[in-house]
Amino acid sequence: MPQEEEQLGKAIDRRLIGRLLRYVRPYRAVVILATIAAALQSATQIVGPYLNKVIIDTYLFPVAGTRSLLTPYLPEGAYRGVATLGIIYLLTLTFGFALDFAQSYAMQWVGQKSMYDLRRQLFAHLQRLPVPFFDHNPVGRLVTRVTNDVEMLNETISTALVALFDDCFVLTMIVVVMIRFNWQLSLITLGVLPAIFIATHYFRKAVRESYRRIRLLVARINVFLQEHIAGMAVVQAFNREDIAYEQFRKINQEHCDAWIDAVFAYAVYYPVVEFLSIFAVTLILWFGGLRVMHGTLTIGIVFAFIQYTQRFFRPIQDLSDKYNTLQSAMASSERIFQLLDAPLGPVAAPVPAGSGVVDQAPGRIEFDHVWFAYQHEDWVLRDVSFTVEPGSSLAIVGHTGAGKTTTTSLLLRFYDVQRGRILLDGTDIRELDLGALRRRFGIVLQDPYLFTGTIAENIRMGDTAMSDARVAEAERDANLEEFLASLPAGDATPLRERGSGLSTGQKQLVNFARALAARPSILILDEATASVDTETEMRIRAALDRMLEGRTSILIAHRLSTIQRADQILVLHKGVLREQGTHQELLHHRGIYWRLYQLQYKDQELPHTSEALPGPARA
Amino acid sequence: MNWEMLTALWPYIRRYRGRMSAGLIILLVNTAAFVLIPFEIELAINDLGRGIDVAKLLRYCLLLMVTVIARGVLNYYQRLIMITISRLIEFDLRNDLLAKLETLSQAFFQKFRTGDLMARAVNDLAAVRNMVGPGIMYSAQAVVLFVYVVAILWRQDPVLTLIAFVPAPFVSLAVQWFGKRIHERFERIQAMFSRLSTRVEENLGGLRMVRAYTREPLEEERFDRLNRQYVQHNMRLVLLAGAFDPLLQFLLGVAFVLVLWFGGRAVLEHRITIGGYAAFNLYMAQMAFPMIAMGYVINLVQRGAASFTRLRELLTQTPDIADGPATDASVTAVRGDIEFRGLNFDYDGQPVLRDLNLHIRAGKTVALVGHTGSGKSTLVSLIPRLLDAAPGMVLIDGRPIREIPLRVLRKSIGLVPQETLLFSDTLRANISFGVPNAGDAAIEEAAGIAGIAGDIADFPEAYGTRVGERGLTLSGGQKQRAALARALLRNPHILIMDDALASVDTITEDRILEQLERGRLEGGPHSRTTIIISHRISTVRNADLIAVLDHGRIVEQGTHAELIGQGGAYAELYEKQLLEEELSQVE
Repeated sequence: MPQEEEQLGKAIDRRLIGRLLRYVRPYRAVVILATIAAALQSATQIVGPYLNKVIIDTYLFPVAGTRSLLTPYLPEGAYRGVATLGIIYLLTLTFGFALDFAQSYAMQWVGQKSMYDLRRQLFAHLQRLPVPFFDHNPVGRLVTRVTNDVEMLNETISTALVALFDDCFVLTMIVVVMIRFNWQLSLITLGVLPAIFIATHYFRKAVRESYRRIRLLVARINVFLQEHIAGMAVVQAFNREDIAYEQFRKINQEHCDAWIDAVFAYAVYYPVVEFLSIFAVTLILWFGGLRVMHGTLTIGIVFAFIQYTQRFFRPIQDLSDKYNTLQSAMASSERIFQLLDAPLGPVAAPVPAGSGVVDQAPGRIEFDHVWFAYQHEDWVLRDVSFTVEPGSSLAIVGHTGAGKTTTTSLLLRFYDVQRGRILLDGTDIRELDLGALRRRFGIVLQDPYLFTGTIAENIRMGDTAMSDARVAEAERDANLEEFLASLPAGDATPLRERGSGLSTGQKQLVNFARALAARPSILILDEATASVDTETEMRIRAALDRMLEGRTSILIAHRLSTIQRADQILVLHKGVLREQGTHQELLHHRGIYWRLYQLQYKDQELPHTSEALPGPARA
Repeated sequence: MNWEMLTALWPYIRRYRGRMSAGLIILLVNTAAFVLIPFEIELAINDLGRGIDVAKLLRYCLLLMVTVIARGVLNYYQRLIMITISRLIEFDLRNDLLAKLETLSQAFFQKFRTGDLMARAVNDLAAVRNMVGPGIMYSAQAVVLFVYVVAILWRQDPVLTLIAFVPAPFVSLAVQWFGKRIHERFERIQAMFSRLSTRVEENLGGLRMVRAYTREPLEEERFDRLNRQYVQHNMRLVLLAGAFDPLLQFLLGVAFVLVLWFGGRAVLEHRITIGGYAAFNLYMAQMAFPMIAMGYVINLVQRGAASFTRLRELLTQTPDIADGPATDASVTAVRGDIEFRGLNFDYDGQPVLRDLNLHIRAGKTVALVGHTGSGKSTLVSLIPRLLDAAPGMVLIDGRPIREIPLRVLRKSIGLVPQETLLFSDTLRANISFGVPNAGDAAIEEAAGIAGIAGDIADFPEAYGTRVGERGLTLSGGQKQRAALARALLRNPHILIMDDALASVDTITEDRILEQLERGRLEGGPHSRTTIIISHRISTVRNADLIAVLDHGRIVEQGTHAELIGQGGAYAELYEKQLLEEELSQVE
């Protein structure tokens, strides 16, 4: 992924545009109609000055021999003529209004539709990308791809692109009409254009720079306020009020200054544009006036030129704006496509959970000379072999970074082994359907994760076929009932974002119920009780026997009390399987396990001690 | 917007009243120059019709150039002055806001949450600024321009003037009506947008759970639902926004139609000249912006007024904890003797501390133990007066706490709060937070005692390492030790550790406590009173006095040995822990 800072490159990249157009393609009929409407609409925009020319030269200040497109349709009488032109003008305006609305609505619709498709595709893609991809791409950045980047594109398609067409149409038509009126005078008027372009260019540059500074300073102001409001007690307790105020004042001053720079740019730019516009008018008056004096030009044309010049300026100023929008859009689409081009890993077959027949028999797991590294040859597991017989329990102990969690990630095929193989009931897991493999596991991690939705939905995890009775049974088995009874709507209680409002222990109980409801043949508890309070741990411990019964289980825990009961204990040390056996055997062995036991003995007392009283959630 | 609000806003505008008047005067002249341009064109066109010589044409051209240059200069100053004022007012308001917040106690911050205060400081402030900046400038400009243009056109033809201005109120109304609704719908879309973001975040955050439980189809379905809703909301906005601009163009165009139709007749009836006809057209073009601006300004003022009300709610708060008539300015130091006498403390009408008596003698170490919500944190918050108890209930060095100047009191206290809060700055700045001019040696010594010096030495830029936003993320334990160093650097007479080492492992904690104790007994420049709140028996057992709190009352107090002997709640807690240890040994 490229750097997050906006790197503006080309405004038009044909490869990217080609790819983007694919999203618009399903709606191409609408786009074509909208483009035609835009062209017609821009024609209505240039009608006003033209009619003024006609009315002046034909009726108000008649010049013999002037003709226009409208001449054949105009009545002789001046009053009737003026009324006719008025009606033509009003009709054109109304027509223009209808076209304008139709066109802009249609294009916005196309933008919304195609961006809906793109977001959907992006999200689906994210569901299929292999887990290692997410190790290198922070969540925040990926969220930005699906949301802000797509929004940027939408703005381009539905607003900028349309306005771009619109502006170009209008400019072209004005130029055509002016040249038809008088090409020399047109050249003089067009001569001012480069100056406008240059002025606008420098203005945009200055403003962009100020806005960049402003954005940074706004972020600093927000962080400062956020921290000092949240930490006001600390500020006050440390007599820090005056210094904090001065610091804030300084950032605030910089922010104010940056804005004043931006104000300055505007204050210069607007008068410059106005000057150029009136300069063009003066040129028309001068050169046009000379021709009027010689009788080679009518007053109507001079006035039409003056009006056209004024209408000329807005689209030109707009164009430069649109150029920047296009640049950002190209950058956004580049990032989006990069994400879409990231190669997919093994994909779970798209069978909704629960609809397939899941093998509920306890599984037999075998690690056969497994080697694994997250990066290059940085081995996390080295030649690890062990077997877990169906229905037995295995505990894995070791220091942080010994490779405990990696073992379970490999089992679920979040990652694939580099050497050796992992067998489930005698079959290499890489030969199994990914969905079928994963559905045989129930997993509880250290940090309980809940989704927005009701508690029951969190237990079902999308398995809509799961009966209420089965959910209730899981709640009972996980000792969740008492907590649910305290809630107004029981397990139909909706959870806020990530279950905020629930204690960690309560959340973990829901996670246990979720694992049990899946009726897995293999249960993985990865430090599942590490972050819960003693009370919850007691509940879990009480339910543990019931949970493990008739299942193969893998327990990773730092509390020895949980581990001691396991049928088999593995001691991993720096990725190597160093010891293996029951609690008693390993203690007798007086090896790493024994030392861990001694070392953790003190450590172990900490969580118990601190949680003997229900403590506040830890940071 | 009403009178009362204007008077409230006046002090902020007052500061810049000189500039504001200058700006308004420039605006008057500037707008005059602006309306002069069509007038000059009118004269030129009339002369073109009558016959003109080159010299006269040249004069008109030069006149135009001079006018536009003068107008440009004036316009530059007008913008610079008037828009800058709004930025300066924003600057003042924001400074005042922080200054006010700094005087308010924790009781206030419980009532107004951080997110709410942030929204006011950011969004509401911007709305007020828009009201006083563009709001004032655009409306003044619109009114002045309107007066000028009507005055000029009226003299030419009053009836035509009236006719030409028929669409004007409709334009303003349309802008106001659409502006308001578009704003509302846009805000709703923003809310939808953040829901969409949250959805993706939740999905990616729970990636492994999603994958392990093959929840992908459900996740896609849920995303799709939101995605659809988002598009629906957008289309509702599109309907309005798509109609808005065309309608505006149409209404503005109608003015030109009217000028063409009725202006044309007026020329035919010799009520106006051909130049006058041109001028009507040009003035209508000039009036387009003010017509739009009036509607826009109405919305700015409405939003600004609502925002200013919310800001004022903060700015008019009275500081509830400050030095008062009881303060004795002669007190310049605190020894560290703390007494709570018959203390009752309510919070939001809820009793938190009840009839609490506790005497902590200077230089002693006292531990507070108790359940969450038993009132421990509230009790220690009363010492640096982050919260205030009724007079006479808290005594420091034997005198009522309110007699001690707030600065002196707080200067003598080192607080390590339960919720560790470091600021986005270097570690050096964070540790020297309470002693801004501390030398490196002192900082390092404090860091050493707090057991964080070793960690800091390993950081890329040692004490210059930035933490927090755009900086290094510290572990919970590291944060707590840095916060302890911050408190120790003040060399406090009273050290308060509110569950301050909960994320630090016991071995490190033991070492820190040992060093604290040694520092207190040996070469410390003065005695130090220490108050420790903890859940760990190992942390509190060596305290001179242990007080057990339950529902706002002290239910037991004494030394570790005494309390064990009493066989009460503390002893029960201790036994429970012993049992846990034994449990994990057997089997």
